[in-house]
Amino acid sequence: MARVKVRRRGIQIPPGYLLLILTVVSILLMILTFTTDVVPTVFNSIAGYTFMPFKEGLTEISAYANKRADDLRQVREVISENEALRAQLDELTQENDKLIQNRFELIELRTLLDLDSEYEEYDKVGARVTGKDPGNWYSVFVIDKGENDGIKEGMNVIAGAGLVGIVTKTGPNWAQVRSIIDDDSNVSGRMLNTSDNLIVYGNLEAIKSGTIEFGQLSDPDDEVAVGDKIVTSNISDRYLPGIAIGYINTIEKDSNNLTKSGTLTPVVDFEHIDVVLVITQMKEEGGVG
Amino acid sequence: MKRLVEALSVIVCFLLQSTIFHYAGFAGIVPNLMIIITSIFGFMEGRSDGMVVGFVSGLLIDIFYGSVLGVNALIFLLIGYGNGVANRGFYPDDIKFPLLFISISDIVYLIMTYLSGFLLRARFNLGYYFLHLMLPELVYTIIVSLFIYLAVRWILLRIEGRFEEDE
Repeated sequence: MARVKVRRRGIQIPPGYLLLILTVVSILLMILTFTTDVVPTVFNSIAGYTFMPFKEGLTEISAYANKRADDLRQVREVISENEALRAQLDELTQENDKLIQNRFELIELRTLLDLDSEYEEYDKVGARVTGKDPGNWYSVFVIDKGENDGIKEGMNVIAGAGLVGIVTKTGPNWAQVRSIIDDDSNVSGRMLNTSDNLIVYGNLEAIKSGTIEFGQLSDPDDEVAVGDKIVTSNISDRYLPGIAIGYINTIEKDSNNLTKSGTLTPVVDFEHIDVVLVITQMKEEGGVG
Repeated sequence: MKRLVEALSVIVCFLLQSTIFHYAGFAGIVPNLMIIITSIFGFMEGRSDGMVVGFVSGLLIDIFYGSVLGVNALIFLLIGYGNGVANRGFYPDDIKFPLLFISISDIVYLIMTYLSGFLLRARFNLGYYFLHLMLPELVYTIIVSLFIYLAVRWILLRIEGRFEEDE
């Protein structure tokens, strides 16, 4: 009986040793992630070339099926035209945001006279979402553009007219994006109308109600109200300034009586992200004049 | 042949879970297919198989969706080993046993993820996470696991039957 087993399975490592070996490999991988870039890069490349074609195909199939189920009557031409128009609308909304912001800034500039800053038109690359986090704890997704398309870690990702997240890992033909609703995400934001700074915290508990938490807003004169717009701050070291995040949903005073916190409704519909734009300009490169 | 089935199961489940199941999820919750197959191969084929399937599954999740390589690989590896130990008491005809062990595996996975990713960042609201994330995932996983178990058992029994005829 034992001989048959050997013939069938070839050389066998005792399970106890295998457990030890694989555990050591896992821990080694963790250490290597923190110390070098080489091993993760190799893994990212191998996994990228083997899995991305399937992922893209499957995502396309499921997206297609989804669309079909949503509206059987819609003709393909109408869909494509609609998509084009939507893209245009997104662009215009963003442009409009920028203009509104410019107006507020103009007022500011007139009062300060010597400030000379203007938001540049950011270069963007379009990408398709090909997969989402297989677990339920985090809000991380994978897009179909990577290093080969000039995507780098730390680039900002937007969809529609608002901030989606930041690129946290790249492979040759894919990139990992951590969205701002992720429990592990913090974004430095700013009130569009009063220029007060605040921090936007992703929180798993808030996701279910479609909101994001914010805090550390100092608003001594009670100028900030429900419905006011929050954009990314210019003091953030990872996010480009002036990208819309959302509108204030609830606001209340913290127990310290100095700062305020609450929830905001994001501009982006995080439940239905199919196409995103990656801003190829990085904050460190000095995007703002 | 069995190795091929295992490799294909891991690949298919990983792809399905990160793409199509997100459209089929209820209230934004997806079932944990990777835990299901790690557990199934563990108690059906023994410790080594469970470990290898778990390790590869976890590593795939780490590469594409994790921030540190090896965390999920280790969690899944241990779950695969644990299910492998239960291999001795396993009979293919008993349906309660697989469901019980898949449930335990998912619970262990959920608790380990909470401990490694959330508790360390001072997220203490375990009650909320239990009610809104762990419980729905567990129920959904158990329902889906029944179908996957029956499918895998059907395939494995056919393959093994063929092997015995050859010998």
